[in-house]
Amino acid sequence: MGLRDALFGRTKQVAPNLDNLFALSTAALTLQSELDLVPSGEAGLCFKSGSGESTITTDDDIKQLLDFDETTNKVTLSTDDLGFKWLVVKDPDFEALVTRIHAADTSMVEHQLGPRLLCAVFGFVPKTPPGEGSVRLVYLMKQGTFYPFAPTGPSQRNNELEIRVRSFLGTDLPIEKDLTRWMALWNVPVN
Amino acid sequence: MAKSKIETDHKLDVRMFITGLALVALYAIIVSVLLSLGVSTVLVIVIAAALIFSQYYFSDKIAMFSMHAKEVTPQQEPRLHEIVDRLCLLADMKKPRVGVAEMDMPNAFATGRNPNHAVICATRGLMNRLNDEELEAVLAHELSHVAHRDVAIMTIASGVGMLAGLVSRMALFGAMFGGGGRGGKGGQNIVLLEMATLLISILIYIVSFLLTMALSRYRELAADRSGAILIGKPSVLASALVHITGDIGKIPRTDLRKTEGMNAFFFAPALSGNSAATLFSTHPSLEKRLDQLNKLEKELNG
Repeated sequence: MGLRDALFGRTKQVAPNLDNLFALSTAALTLQSELDLVPSGEAGLCFKSGSGESTITTDDDIKQLLDFDETTNKVTLSTDDLGFKWLVVKDPDFEALVTRIHAADTSMVEHQLGPRLLCAVFGFVPKTPPGEGSVRLVYLMKQGTFYPFAPTGPSQRNNELEIRVRSFLGTDLPIEKDLTRWMALWNVPVN
Repeated sequence: MAKSKIETDHKLDVRMFITGLALVALYAIIVSVLLSLGVSTVLVIVIAAALIFSQYYFSDKIAMFSMHAKEVTPQQEPRLHEIVDRLCLLADMKKPRVGVAEMDMPNAFATGRNPNHAVICATRGLMNRLNDEELEAVLAHELSHVAHRDVAIMTIASGVGMLAGLVSRMALFGAMFGGGGRGGKGGQNIVLLEMATLLISILIYIVSFLLTMALSRYRELAADRSGAILIGKPSVLASALVHITGDIGKIPRTDLRKTEGMNAFFFAPALSGNSAATLFSTHPSLEKRLDQLNKLEKELNG
């Protein structure tokens, strides 16, 4: 934030960074070969809804805005316990899943809802259960970085597995360096 | 991304600019008064600067200490941390340390010399009284204070007042003990000069105090605005304000007086105002804040 903004007590809204989303394809291959993790076929987009017409208010608005085919019943919209909206997309084809999330992001940015975007989450599960447990790759929209999130209970996460994921994906993805930003998303609706 | 039209409020900018300018003008007056005093000014400036600087540099520790607030880990206060986490990621700012003050008075404050040393603190009473969405709105307001570097700006502003106070005390001292020893016309002039300095200093102190208070109120409005834009729902912040301010009025004054010194950092002032409230208060009136949030809500609704 610039000096002028500080002097006048203004905060600029932060636009999301979507550039790195497509790097996920290679990361998915690495996860499979190194940790035996495959895409779960689910991905989610988390954002904060606001008030007014310039933002989206109803579920219908959001579905219309993101131009989703409701008949296929692959898209669900829910609100989590902190009041953030989750758009969950199901598609067995991982590339298509990334493309849809990217399309949804782009569409929201076009409607000036970019500052409301928090993160996108992609689910990965063990190929041969139980394996080592499932991992979500979280993409932080504002920072343009990824981090792994491996919950093992209602408020427990497998940090050891997360660190291993980081060491394997370090070359494929821009991993969030600041560990305090590896936010815990308990009750994440993406499997 | 196209720049949203709601991000700036030019009238608020102008008022803040004029207030700031007036403070700078005061600085100039003080410096010239100090120079007219001669050698001792160096010492005055050094002492004042050291005091102001330590107040600024240790602002997080001073505030936490005087509020009996303790830093909490995500394990101790998962809810609070989760809300702050998300807000910081939305606004792309560094997460401040998070603290809780074990007191029933509903309030929150943010302090620290810069965003890297910031601490955001909520009282237990605040967390008990507000729902998650309202708590989020209050924390967004506090995070805006951090982003706006309000501690630095308010320290500079109130530093002027402190400097003026020191000058007037020095002048008073000089007038009482310095003038008596010297005879003749020269001594008389010095006494007169010092008396004038004293009067000017007192005037400066009063004016700078009023201006600091005005600046503080504008910073509050600015933080309300940024916070409301961050969460996207000005009405939620308005509702939180109503809850907090409504409750504060019911709490006996004796309990609140202890926290008087903390007013400038608080979300809602600890003392309920009376007749001179508008000129002397660090926070804008509830009506003003609600009015602004209401306007913002209308703007968002296009």
